[in-house]
Amino acid sequence: MSDEYSVEIVNPEKSFLSKDDVTEVVVPAFEGEIGILKDHISIISFLKPGIIKIFSKSGEESFYVSDGIIEFKNNNLSILTSLILNLKDIDKEKILEIQKSAEEELNKSEINDQEKYLLDQKLEVLKSIN
Amino acid sequence: MASLDDLKKRISSVKSTQKITKAMKMVAAAKLRRAQESAEKGRPYSDKMNNIILNLSNGISDIENAPKLLSGSGEDKVHLCVVMTSDRGLCGGFNTNIIKKAKLYFQKILDEGKTLKIITVGTKGYDQLKRLYGDNIIEKISFKDSKNVNYFDADNVGKIVIEKFEKKEFDVCAIFYNQFKNVITQIPQEQQIIPLKTSENEENSSEDNYEFEPEEDEILSNLLPKNISTQIFKAMLENSASEQGSRMSAMDNATRNAGEMVDKLTIEYNRSRQAAITKELIEIISGAESL
Repeated sequence: MSDEYSVEIVNPEKSFLSKDDVTEVVVPAFEGEIGILKDHISIISFLKPGIIKIFSKSGEESFYVSDGIIEFKNNNLSILTSLILNLKDIDKEKILEIQKSAEEELNKSEINDQEKYLLDQKLEVLKSIN
Repeated sequence: MASLDDLKKRISSVKSTQKITKAMKMVAAAKLRRAQESAEKGRPYSDKMNNIILNLSNGISDIENAPKLLSGSGEDKVHLCVVMTSDRGLCGGFNTNIIKKAKLYFQKILDEGKTLKIITVGTKGYDQLKRLYGDNIIEKISFKDSKNVNYFDADNVGKIVIEKFEKKEFDVCAIFYNQFKNVITQIPQEQQIIPLKTSENEENSSEDNYEFEPEEDEILSNLLPKNISTQIFKAMLENSASEQGSRMSAMDNATRNAGEMVDKLTIEYNRSRQAAITKELIEIISGAESL
């Protein structure tokens, strides 16, 4: 009996990461962070910009995601996201670039509350990385 | 009969054409491998996305209030067709096949008295459609500048489609692209993306009860626009693999044909050279005889 399960992260271009010795994953879900352990109930949720933390036997890894959806079923966690960066080899300039475009978006007048909330979140996370 | 000089010129011109087609074939073969790889890598994302949506839409209790992108606008009057073609030519029947498929659909729509709107992605499709359906084309998009197929281009197309849907400019949306089967076979596809068709893979849906956070319909309304971009992205990936495959086999054929032509012309060249020599000999002999 182990307390490990498998996680797969895919972005549109490729399968980004696949691991099967994960003990806990913390994802930035829309209504707050969720930590997922083995035998969690099946869940579908979507993500706000933030940090995904993956704890496994081989150590801890962190990733920045800009959005995404997660599905947990039968001890399989799938994370779909359009932009994901590994915090370990992250590029400062790239972060600043994303930050700048988010700020520009925020200054547009026609965004709704939800978009504004997401962008604020994004900026906050990006600043905390830098 | 053509003179020796003319034949010589033709042979060399065919040979240089052959060189070009051969080079294009090589390039296409190299690109094909990359395109094929990314098409295969892109599949898990769209498959997973489809699965989640399926599970979600099964879980939805109140069909009446389901997001419009899923259930449609309730009417069937205006059809929007997104025709995805390449930006470059010389790829055999690739573009023509998509256009043929699309034209059939257009005719059906028009025969039923419905309104047709077209978005062309890729310049070749626009070129082929503008004469017959020029008035129906509401937008033309081209990604000539971006080197590789990327998600953000697809997302842009998706956003345009969704924006138009929200403005109630159309009721049904279908995309046309070539599905990559192998290097020789590409199958033109017609796929309806709005409203979403889920019935075909009903078997895969599980009976699992999911916990949703936030509510189902909120997730769905966030997910569906993304799904449209994803479907378009998938189509673009398939298309680019198909384009390279189609170009490769077209250029292979062209190279072979050029080779045959060179052979034929060389034989003709040698014959006429010999004929000229024989003629000269006869002239000399008959000149000597008459002395």
